[in-house]
Amino acid sequence: MMTWLQHLPVLPIVVPLIAGALILFLPERYGLRITLALTSVLIQLAVAITLLYLITDAAPQIWQEGVGVYNIGAWPAPFGIVLVVDRLAAMMVMLTAVVALASLVYSLANWDRVAPGFHSMFQFLLMGLNGAFLTGDLFNLFVFFEVLLASSYGLALHGSGPSRVKAGLHYIAVNLTASFLFLIGVAMIYGMTGTLNMADLAERVVLLAPADRSLFEAGAAILGVAFFVKAGIWPLNFWLPSTYAAASAPVGAVFALMTKVGIYAVVRIGTLLASADVETSFIDVGLFYGGAATVAFGVIGMLAAQHLGRFVSYSVIASAGLLLMSLGLRNEELTAPILFYLTSSVLATAAFFMLNGLTERMRLTSTNDAADIAPLPDVTYLGFGVKEPADPHSPSDEVGIAIPAAMAFLGLAFVCCVLLVAGLPPLSGFVAKFAMLHAVVTAAPGAAESWHSWVLIAAVLATGFGAVIALARIGLRLFWSVTGRTTPRLRLIEVGPVAFLIVLCIGLTAAAGPVMMYLQSAAESLHAPEVYIRLVHTHVAGVAP
Amino acid sequence: MELIFATAIGVLTGSGVWLLLRPRTFQVIMGLALLSYAVNLFIFGMGRLVTDRPPIINADGATDPALYADPVPQALVLTAIVISFATTALFLVVLLAARGLTGTDHVDGREPE
Repeated sequence: MMTWLQHLPVLPIVVPLIAGALILFLPERYGLRITLALTSVLIQLAVAITLLYLITDAAPQIWQEGVGVYNIGAWPAPFGIVLVVDRLAAMMVMLTAVVALASLVYSLANWDRVAPGFHSMFQFLLMGLNGAFLTGDLFNLFVFFEVLLASSYGLALHGSGPSRVKAGLHYIAVNLTASFLFLIGVAMIYGMTGTLNMADLAERVVLLAPADRSLFEAGAAILGVAFFVKAGIWPLNFWLPSTYAAASAPVGAVFALMTKVGIYAVVRIGTLLASADVETSFIDVGLFYGGAATVAFGVIGMLAAQHLGRFVSYSVIASAGLLLMSLGLRNEELTAPILFYLTSSVLATAAFFMLNGLTERMRLTSTNDAADIAPLPDVTYLGFGVKEPADPHSPSDEVGIAIPAAMAFLGLAFVCCVLLVAGLPPLSGFVAKFAMLHAVVTAAPGAAESWHSWVLIAAVLATGFGAVIALARIGLRLFWSVTGRTTPRLRLIEVGPVAFLIVLCIGLTAAAGPVMMYLQSAAESLHAPEVYIRLVHTHVAGVAP
Repeated sequence: MELIFATAIGVLTGSGVWLLLRPRTFQVIMGLALLSYAVNLFIFGMGRLVTDRPPIINADGATDPALYADPVPQALVLTAIVISFATTALFLVVLLAARGLTGTDHVDGREPE
């Protein structure tokens, strides 16, 4: 039993890999596919829950001090690739599993039949996400980034149509270039320190000669640019709104999580290198001002957005900006609220993306935008040997449970999402923003930092204010203007995931105390990376405790 | 050798970036390909340029590391080649789809006026 539990960290990577490959090669039976896909996601959820449980010192005989190390192939740390689970990684894996479950169930309504390969790509995307959160090796991080990006290219184009292909073209070009930057950064870091293991790296940086040190910092900066492209920092984020807005609803929900991978990488590597007192003030300033510009861009975009889809994309940008800004303050009290905000905003934007897919159906199908994102003409489906799906934007004729109070549900879900995204009480968005403001205000005010704190406070309030104004306008048009509206038929498997995510956010509000305690300990272990470094180095695989 | 190597990386990167910023999709994909060559050479160079030293240690137990080249960057290059090859192929498909759907090979999907 104990030895079995030791292999837990590798499961979130192996399970979707196997499931994705099986779906690809097994006979094309629809029932089999969705069974496999659902089973894989449920296993991931179970594993994530177990990881969360084990990491909180519930089983000290397996992992001490809240860090679990897994040596792949039983090679010891600096030579082999390690997977490391700490509280932050366990939380991100959990978040991935939750969003994946909601989005997968939602996609079963009809999106997964629009084109072949959806389920395989979805599983590979999950593998990349989990891998990026769990790995303790820089080059391995690159590989998992590529895995998740390659599948995200396919998923972004899922459903095809000119607007998706056009946005996808830009998305792929920008991210391929960012991958090259990633490689250059990793190569420079390896060339200077001779290691790719993150923990080993943090130790060796201290020993570098001054000349090598500056080259190392240049490499780290280039690596940082690659992460920032993924995180959507201004001015590297112009690809983001059109790609996310054009993506199909369940894909958009997972993409909401994908931007946070960049932020995760910044947090992970930033805190590890901070222990080696690398000169980070330049990076902090860059993070802060870059984040501020991103917030401004996001808020302006939110105000200008004419459609809910674009609004949600810009709100993803604004939240990424807020996260980067508060990371730039390097205030250790702020880390736990940052993580809380990250969790809450991922759940909220994922729910919002799916809700957007439902409300789009309310618009008359004759409007231009519906035509713009309509699926491919029949020829393509014949070419792929796929039956043409029902138009996802029209009130479908197919059999489904029509919820009598469809409009009531949509309106209620919309209001909840507004509260979450804008950070108004009583939902978790408010708790998160309040905790952030509290940490900023109560922090010992240094002379230089104090006005930075005020800028952050202004930014937090501005995002909320901008979101309320923009959403009031969009909401009025969506729900109160009677002309050109049809009451959509909703199916239970589409409504369920949206409700599930919103209920989770409500749960997050109700259980804010325990969650914050967990995140506080996650933040503490992030800011004391010595434990992480020591455990990675001393862990010997295969020794039963 | 270092000079030639560095010049090659520089020329490849320069041409790659220039092509990447061009308006036609085919130029963009050529730019990406050139950039990936440059990056692969760069990774290789990060293992230091040496001649006559194998990257694989002999089985007879000779273990003076000075006699061997660093094998890690070579392994990294292999991985990077495979990944960039695959993503370039995928980009090519998207490029063709964009050409088919928009009727133009401009990256924005429409000709500038």
